[in-house]
Formats: sequence, structure tokens, C-alpha cells
Amino acid sequence: MTVSELHRYTLSNGLRVVLAPDSTSPVVGVSVHYDVGFRSEPEGRTGFAHLFEHLMFQGSESLDKLAHFRHVQSSGGTFNGSTHPDYTDYFEVLPSAALERALFLEADRMRAPKLTEENLKNQIDVVKEEIRLNVLNRPYGGFPWILLPPVLFQTFPNAHNGYGGFEDLEQATVADCAAFFDTYYAPSNAVLTVAGDFTVDAARELIERHFGDVPARPRPERPSFAEPPPSGEIRSDHADRLAPLPAIALGYRIPDPINEIDAYISFLVLAAVLADGDGSRLQQRLVYGDQLVTDVGAGCGLFGPFEARDPDTFTITAMYSPEVELDTILKAIDEEIDKLASTPPDAAELAKVTARWAASLHKEHDRLVSRTLALGAFELLYGDPSLVYSLPDRISAVTPDAVSAAAKALRPDARAVLTVSPAGAAE
Amino acid sequence: MSRSAEEIGRTERGPRPLPPLGDQRAATGLSSVDKVIDSGLRVIAVAQPTVPMVELRLRIPFAGDDPAHAARSEVLAATILTGTERRDRVAVDTDLALVGGELSAVVDPEMLSIGGNALSSGFDTLLDVIADALTGATYADDEVGGERDRLIERITVARSQPSVIARQALQKHRYGDHPFTREMPEAADVAVVTPDDVRALHRDHVLPRGSVLVLVGDIDPAGAVAAVATAFAGWQSDKSASVLPPLPEITPQDLLLVDRPGAVQSQFRFSAQAITRTDPRYAALQLANLAFGGFFSSRLVENIREDKGYTYNARSSLEFTPGGATLLVETDTASDVTAGALLEIRYELGKLAAIPPTESEVDTVRQYAVGSLLTSTSSQGGLASQLAALAILGLGVEWLTEHPERLKAVTVEQVAEAALEFFAPNRFTGVIVGDAATLSHLSAQGGVQLP
Repeated sequence: MTVSELHRYTLSNGLRVVLAPDSTSPVVGVSVHYDVGFRSEPEGRTGFAHLFEHLMFQGSESLDKLAHFRHVQSSGGTFNGSTHPDYTDYFEVLPSAALERALFLEADRMRAPKLTEENLKNQIDVVKEEIRLNVLNRPYGGFPWILLPPVLFQTFPNAHNGYGGFEDLEQATVADCAAFFDTYYAPSNAVLTVAGDFTVDAARELIERHFGDVPARPRPERPSFAEPPPSGEIRSDHADRLAPLPAIALGYRIPDPINEIDAYISFLVLAAVLADGDGSRLQQRLVYGDQLVTDVGAGCGLFGPFEARDPDTFTITAMYSPEVELDTILKAIDEEIDKLASTPPDAAELAKVTARWAASLHKEHDRLVSRTLALGAFELLYGDPSLVYSLPDRISAVTPDAVSAAAKALRPDARAVLTVSPAGAAE
Repeated sequence: MSRSAEEIGRTERGPRPLPPLGDQRAATGLSSVDKVIDSGLRVIAVAQPTVPMVELRLRIPFAGDDPAHAARSEVLAATILTGTERRDRVAVDTDLALVGGELSAVVDPEMLSIGGNALSSGFDTLLDVIADALTGATYADDEVGGERDRLIERITVARSQPSVIARQALQKHRYGDHPFTREMPEAADVAVVTPDDVRALHRDHVLPRGSVLVLVGDIDPAGAVAAVATAFAGWQSDKSASVLPPLPEITPQDLLLVDRPGAVQSQFRFSAQAITRTDPRYAALQLANLAFGGFFSSRLVENIREDKGYTYNARSSLEFTPGGATLLVETDTASDVTAGALLEIRYELGKLAAIPPTESEVDTVRQYAVGSLLTSTSSQGGLASQLAALAILGLGVEWLTEHPERLKAVTVEQVAEAALEFFAPNRFTGVIVGDAATLSHLSAQGGVQLP
């Protein structure tokens, strides 16, 4: 594994800092992860964490509306933010000359964002357009990340739609924004990551200069979102007037990604054995052998692995022709899982998974934006960014028996079965 | 301790000044070899040993006049990596997987593109697998049959996506039935493709002469080119790969409203003729485009997203077409603000020509163009894709390394000339796809043809 030397420390206001210097290219990545995602938003305020992410780009004490974007881009950089179940991240990737500027921009909005009525109204409109674009006006919108959780989970934090309903978004007030910021956007609830071309001493000095006087506030207590797994197979159908073909998503509960990381990783390996590549079990059986489905995929996490705390989801998704019976597909999937549960995969099958994971982690490291975000997320979720670099070893240490045990845990009597049915024939 | 929003947005010390930029270290020079090997294949190999991987991009010009060409090409792309005399589909996947590798093929009316990567320790395997497919893909009957059926379903799904519907409508409106518009074949045409059709297409079209292979990664460039010459020794032909002839210039005309009953959002897809990277005015046009809608801090995005809230996304970009380029202006807006968005887009187009980018706007877009080129080419995959796009225009690594200087040399006056020449509203054509029942009032703005 290509490894950056890592430096970790904490400012007096509680802000955790990860530095990962690497002078291969004269570019630098800066990210801030806040320990709040859409699982923390209150009932009646679905979509609020994501809406608030938009507002954090709308100006702060030293920066007028639009200034954040202009300063990043006029420095030759790119930026974005994204809201996840358990955290919200913000990042810039820039030529290394702009490091101090990026730190200034992040510090200013951590210290004193401008939360105004006008910007809130504007961004509610923008977010509603985002939802129309990605969900309402297209086939399979929100499949499976919005549609599956309410089938697999019972409690509001885990089950609700993280994009939010329009009626909830429209209710959001500036006072909600102020309370959300004061509660969750404390420096002690955040991780600052700097990766790429810089020297550690200079970066430390700049970080102290810009973030050192962000006032400390208490770190909010993180609630448990634990809930029991489903006690049966729960089926639900979603009618989609734009979808031309039926689709299915199976959801299973998996071990705690944080406290049972090695057990969790065995499910990652299982996902690859099942569906990664033409030679994988489900591709061979469902796509090429029985020719039941057009595509099939499997994975941990609704947005990928290592993006959430417990409870996390294992998904199997497929799109199929209307002539095929759903139960025929389920039976074939269950048979393939049973085969793995009763006969562990051989070492050669796992060697493929190990090599592909090693390669994908190298690629992630090579893209500065994904390297920066991964280090920050692992510091936030695990308190250990160097875990990123131990993943190839941990993945190659997964035994055939562990994969078999993971397969055994994917029980048909404790899962969600979501179907998407084409409902547009009326036209 | 709850504070009001006003209290949160203010500190005792008050607003602080923006720090200046520091010194910028230049990117280290790229070590590369760019060579046409005996078969006529151009190979560009670049050492960028940031991680122990190698990225591969193969581009084969793949034009065809036959009305069945698009359908056959799609089936070929779906099956070229599914087996040879030496490897069946599973063996292809296994050999690649064991070196952390992946390969995939896609086709469009111009080009067959095969791309992928592997651990650099598996470079020889990666080359062997791709060379095996290029010289010996068998197109087994059951693989062709299976992929053909799945392709039909995928096409059905793709055609239900508003972005695909809008793209097809734009292609038809600006180019009629030119082969360039055949980006997605009809299901009925795919259904009749036979394995023999695909084998014949491979023989006639999968050709090294005129094609280009880009390799970027933890490799020795000269050694990599030699390895390609050896591994690809069996891929030979006297014929050249088929290049799509230059497209006709875009004729400015009325916007066409395309009905998508019940749609809650409208897709805007406007286009005008532009110039390609080899034109001396290109760098000025690139900057004018950025200022108009080419990045977030552009006039278009600041107006219709950040001021009006009409859209999540608006952008203008240059699309490189056979022998040229076009401007694309694209956004998606809710039905009830479609009329307002049309008004604002036309206003911004007219304004760019009439009130061109200021010195400060030009400085911003220049910095952005130089900086984003640096960040996007700092990864192996990003650099490989950039080089492949340049290579099909006959350009190479030097174009990339010299481009920052070209951007720095552009004057404010040249940007203004490009803005006037290329962004005038009367140069455009385009489509709006949406629910015609709620959008018929668009015709009141003029220049909109109802369905």
C-alpha cells in the first residue's frame, strides 16, 4: 500500500486534525468532517442535515454569498460537500499555493456562518430541484438508498428519507439552522484533514492561526441508533411510473462497522465473491447462467462501505425482465448464498477479491480528493486514519470460513425485500 | 446557550481579510514516449509512479455508414471481452482479478473505447488479456445471444432517463439522422444482430492503424512501448480504422419543445457551433465558456441557481465532435419556472456577447483553468483520460504541458471576441423537454416551436 506519513493532534478547542503530507504533485486537499448526518435530524425536519450543508456554502462573517465558490475557484481549486447517514463533509482540492486560503474559508464558516432567511429560501428551492433531478423526475429515483431503509428499519433515524420531503424542507426556519449549528458544528465535533503537498510545520502554524480561536463548544452526545434486526422477511413494493423494468433490493443487517470491523470486512469480501466481476457467484448464476436478471450488485452500506456507524446495511440489487417471477430470483439468490454458507470459497476465489481491493485502494489514494476524505472519515468514525492503510492486510486476512459464516448470516427470515414495479402503462 | 442566527454570524474581532496565495511549485515534468509502432497503432506511455498501478485507454475510430452499424457495434462492445480461444468469460475475469485488474468496452458513433487498469506488477497480464481479445475474441453464440438480450433491456431502461431523452432530442434537432446521432441503437435493430455480424464487424473495424493506446502509471515508458509491440504483435492490418467524417456545422434555429407528459422538470439542451483545441482561438473560447457557465462561479450558475433557485445544476461546456466542437448549454428546472429560466439563459447569452467578461472575471477563469488542469491530471486515471481525449485529435503530452502558457497568454480582448463570436443567442439551436401541457406559454417568448 502506498502510504502517507500521518500526523494527528487536537487543538485546544477540540478540533481534531489529520495531516498527510505527500509531495508527489503540487496540489493539496483540505476537508472538514462534522459528526452529524441525516440520522440525527429530528422528526418533521427530514432532509435538514443536507439542506444545512447547502447553507454552509452561503457565506460567513468574512465572506459574502458566492465568495466561498469564487475564492476556491479563482485559486484554481474545486470544492464540494456531501451529507451521509452519520457525517457531513466539506472539501477543497487546490494547487498547493492556496492551502492557507482553503483553511481560512473552512475556519470562517466553522466560526461564524451567515444563516439568513433569504439564503435559506433560495437553497430550499435549489434542494427541491436537486430532488426533482435525482428522484422525482427519473426512473428508479432513490433506489435503493431512499426506498430500502423504511422496509429494513423501524425507527425514524434509520428509516426516514435523508433527502427529505418537500413539506418538511419548506418548514425549515433560520432558528432551526442556528440551533443545528450550535449543537452539531462545534469544533470538538469535527475533523480537519489536510493531505498533499505541504510541510507539517507550516501547516500546523496555519491551522493554529485560522482555527485556533474558533470558540470551543461542548461536543454533543452521540445517540445510539441501534434497533433490533427484522424478525421476518418484510416485503414492500414501490410503484414507479417512470421505470420500464422491475427491480429488486434485498437489505440485510450486518455487524457493527466500528466495533466489529473484522466481521464487517468479511461481509465486504462476501459482497465481492457474490457480485464483483463476471466470474462472481451471482453474476454467473443470475446473469449468465439462468439469465434471470440484467444486472446484479452486492455491497455494504447504502453509499459504500465505511460511511456509517451501526446499524449498517448489506444490499443485493438487481434489475429484471417482467416475465421473470420475483420468487425465482429470490430462490436463486438464496441457493447461491446457501452454497457459500455450507462450503467455504476456495483460496483462489479470495485471492481475486484481495487483489481487486488492493488495486481499488491504490486508486482511491491516487485521487487526492478521495484520499483526503477517506482519512478524515476514518479519523471521525474510527479515531484512526491509518486504518485506511491497513485495509488491504485486513481484507487478505479474511478466511474462507469467515466468508462462509457471513453468508450464513444473510438469512431470508430476517431481511427486507423491496421491489420497484413499473406503473407507467397508463400513458 | 442557544444563540440567534445573527449572533452566530458575528464575532468580536469582525470580518478578516482573505489570505494571499503562497508560492506555487510547478508540476514535475512527465517522462513519456509517444510512438507509432509497426502495426500503425500509436502508443503513448507516461511514467507517473504515484501508486503501483497502470491505467490503460485504447481508442479505436469506429465509424460506419451501415444503418445496422450502431446495433452491431453495441453488441460487439458488450461481447469483445467475453472470451477467446484461450480464455472463456470467467477466465478473462479471473486473470484480470488476480492482478487487481479490470477492463471494459464502450462504443459511440465515433469510437470504440476499451479502458481499465491493473496493479503495475500485472501489466503484462493486462496487455495479454487485451491483446488476446483484439486478435482472438470469439463471440461465442451464447455470449452474443445473452448480451444482446440484456442490451435490449438496458436500452429500454436508458431511454426512460430524462437525460437520455433530452440528448436524443437534441441530436435529432441539430443533426437530423446523421450517423453521429446514433448513440443508442433501436431495440429492434439489436434483436437481429447475429454472432457472424459481430465477428465480421470485428474483422473490418477493430484495427490498429489510426488507433491510439495510452498507458499511464508506475511504468518505464520505453519499456512499456516495447512490451506493447511484443504483446500486440498479432494485431495487424493494412487497413485503417474508420474515422467519422466531419460533421455539418450547426444551423441556428428555433428551440423545439419536446413533450414528456407528466414530467415535473424540464431539460434544457442548447447548442451552437464552436472550434476545437487546435484552433488558435481555443484558449480564449475556453475562458469565455468558463465565465458563461463552465464552472460554479459563472454568470449562468450565479443567476439561475444562486439568485433565482431555478435549478440544482446548470452548465455550459465544449463537446468535441468529429472535426470540430460545439457549445452545449444544459440545465434542468421545475416546470413552473421553465419560462423564467428560458428568459434568464437567453439574457445571459446576450449579455456575454454585449458585456464581455471583465478583467477580474478573466483572471478568475484563467486561474481555475490552470489549477483544475493540474488537479485533474495529478491522478493516473485523470491523466490517462485527458491524454486519450487529446490523442484522438492528434495531440499529445506536450499539448497538455504547454496549455497553461496558452491560457496565460490570452488577453481580455480575445475573451471578449470569443464571447461575441460564439455566444451570441442567434447562433444557437436546441430543445426543451418537458410537460408540454404546462409549457405551451413558452411560445410567447418567441423562437420556440411547440410540438
